[in-house]
Amino acid sequence: MAQKILKIEHEKCTGCRLCELVCAVWHHHVSNPARSRIRIVKWESEGVYVPMACQQCEDAPCAAACPAKALSRNQETGRVELDYDKCIGCRTCVSVCPFGAMHFVPIDRKVIKCDLCDGDPQCVRFCEVKAIEFVDEGDLGRHKGREAARRIHSADKKAAELQSG
Amino acid sequence: MALNRKIAYIDLTSGKIEIKSIPLEVRRKFIGGRGLDAYLLYNHAKKGCDPLGPDNPLIISGGILTATLASATARTHIMAKSPLTGLLGSSNMGGFFAPELAWAGFHHLVIRGQAEKPVYLFVHDGEIEIRDAQDLWGQTTTETQWSIREELADEEVKSLVIGPAGENLVRFANVMTGIKNSGGRTGMGCVLGSKNLKAVAVRGSQDIQIAHPVEALEYNKRFIDQITSSKVNQTQGALGTPFIWGATNSWGGIRTRNFQYNQLEYADDVEPERIDEIAEETIGPYHMTGCFACQVHCRAQYKIPSGPYAGKYDEGPEYTSQGAFAGEPDCKSAETVLTGNHLVNQYGVDNLEIGSIISWAMELYELGILTREQTDGLDLRFGNDQALLEMVHRICTRKGWLGDTLADGGVPASEKIGKNSFDYLIQVKGMSNLHSDERATPALALNIATSSRGSDHLRSRPAIDLYHLPEKVLRKIYSSPVAYDGPLSSEHTSYQGKAWQVFWQENCYMAVDCLGICKYHTLFLGTTLPNFEDWPKVIYYNTGLEFTPREIWDVAERGNMIERLFNLREGLTRDDLKKGDTLNHRYFDEPCRRGAPDVVGRKIDRDKFTKMIDEFYQHKGLDPKGDPKPETLLRLGLENEPSHLV
Repeated sequence: MAQKILKIEHEKCTGCRLCELVCAVWHHHVSNPARSRIRIVKWESEGVYVPMACQQCEDAPCAAACPAKALSRNQETGRVELDYDKCIGCRTCVSVCPFGAMHFVPIDRKVIKCDLCDGDPQCVRFCEVKAIEFVDEGDLGRHKGREAARRIHSADKKAAELQSG
Repeated sequence: MALNRKIAYIDLTSGKIEIKSIPLEVRRKFIGGRGLDAYLLYNHAKKGCDPLGPDNPLIISGGILTATLASATARTHIMAKSPLTGLLGSSNMGGFFAPELAWAGFHHLVIRGQAEKPVYLFVHDGEIEIRDAQDLWGQTTTETQWSIREELADEEVKSLVIGPAGENLVRFANVMTGIKNSGGRTGMGCVLGSKNLKAVAVRGSQDIQIAHPVEALEYNKRFIDQITSSKVNQTQGALGTPFIWGATNSWGGIRTRNFQYNQLEYADDVEPERIDEIAEETIGPYHMTGCFACQVHCRAQYKIPSGPYAGKYDEGPEYTSQGAFAGEPDCKSAETVLTGNHLVNQYGVDNLEIGSIISWAMELYELGILTREQTDGLDLRFGNDQALLEMVHRICTRKGWLGDTLADGGVPASEKIGKNSFDYLIQVKGMSNLHSDERATPALALNIATSSRGSDHLRSRPAIDLYHLPEKVLRKIYSSPVAYDGPLSSEHTSYQGKAWQVFWQENCYMAVDCLGICKYHTLFLGTTLPNFEDWPKVIYYNTGLEFTPREIWDVAERGNMIERLFNLREGLTRDDLKKGDTLNHRYFDEPCRRGAPDVVGRKIDRDKFTKMIDEFYQHKGLDPKGDPKPETLLRLGLENEPSHLV
């Protein structure tokens, strides 16, 4: 079975943070962005919004650094999973994650991470502008390539138009 | 839980802070947001208090559904006695402030007193600090927000701030959050300025328990589908509110040259498509942004394309900026609209009021009522873009005789300018009209004449009246949750049944303002959008409280009546041109000169208008003078106000 991952195109993000809200409600039954596993990082003065979430790394730094071996990659689903029975709450994963996608929640003193909502990511389901999509991991490059190709194509077309005057 | 969010009473004179729960009885009577704000204002403001004095309570709130799964629960409400009108001051804005306030543990802040030196409030996880703001004084609205983040070393802090206009006590200064979300109307920023309160910063990480999370998620998905499937919202999401300006201008509903015409001609450069083009050129294909948890994303991002402010980033413009910087002053340049929009956002001033009041001054100047000496040499004729923008600077900084005079608002300015200047001032209850021209639309004219905060389109406007919907459709909409079998007309030039439509919309908009959700998510511009019948489930799934559609209607009616009581206590009388439910004489005397065939030649018929007001009063349970009948107060449970329940 093909493994699926989140495809994030931050240019499309409107910064509304509904993904944070539904993430917290789905996992914890509360509204609280401090409990969201996805976070929108913003530069409001430039109008830039970037959703940040776990990339489910192949060679995950969080898992490599975890002294309790609480983090591991599930080969079947392709997700990096957190075993709360083993987790000692040392927050090492939080400090080593290159994407800032591991979060410590002070309220119940636990680390949280994206678990792709068991295969039905709510952030994807609720994102109307499709800034976040759930795609086969092999297709990620194909999507990107197609967009780049379109840009090159329209640039060529424009150049041709300019040449023909 | 939403229901355990608190009210904080903050006294800036003594520094005393008191935190209280909101009793369930109060929730059932007023729900939250604007309705509860109105109750708090009526209870805590002394009759006749100075709007710029320590006794004027400034109330900042979110709605009962703020930050829950009800879609677009972004709205912050701000209320106080208005320094512009001397009546109800009330303003509502989007952005991300109210959700953060709710996560910090609060739904309402009641701020009284006056700080000795500039301060700001920092509200975080159940605590409130009064902090020094002397270094922030003088900063623009965005500078203030970024400085507070730097000081608190937290990029997630959201602030509601004033800019230089609020500090300079411009009577129509607004409060702002983010780049352009504004609580624009009735001068709430001036009240903050009078209290030496530069900002309210919030940061929260407290849980809001969702009563029925699984159902809330699923219902929210359905709600969103209902909202995004609406054609009008799809257009809003592509072009923002400028599309409304464009559509309205096409048939002749845009005030031009103050009130001389009702359509801006040769307006290609300020049409919505052109504004969108500039956004696309300066930002890229994805240039629409939105407020908290909203899928409509009606706000454009842009950089000013040319001129002295070229390259400056801003958001909008809303149609109010097209009105203020294009239609009313008869200017036709996108650069002017986008620059004007940027200036008002940075100064923190109501674009709608400032545009309207400058156009009024332009008309006075052309008529010779204002002299060149009074304008300090400025050639303030219509169509002079530079003079228009210069006046924005002068008003916000109170520079020169005219800048200082206009900064006090239209009615006081007319008294200072004298002659017959007041006759040309397009206002109701001391607040300027939107850029729209209501002479061909009696329902809209009734709406602005009777709106509780002065001339306004967001308090009771039956915007769908312009769609010529079949009577059957209108009846379906307007006969629920309260039966109505009186007349209704599909014709927008008719006076038939319009009083009921305005009354219905007044309650609909009060209800969304109590819930804390945006008007684009209710029956404002789209006929298929959620209203009374849809809200009980949203409230129940998110908060656990049970309301019937009729009960929500009653809460809304009660909220509107409390606002009426406040206005009556502060001197509203039916026919008072400065404080009443009536319109400038030009609505009745000067016919429309441009527009569609069924618009040209239209004006409001005074007798029919008077009858409409009578009818509207009857629906509201008021006597012919506009005072509530005793049985109405009894029915709404307001016979003992002020009742000081909280």
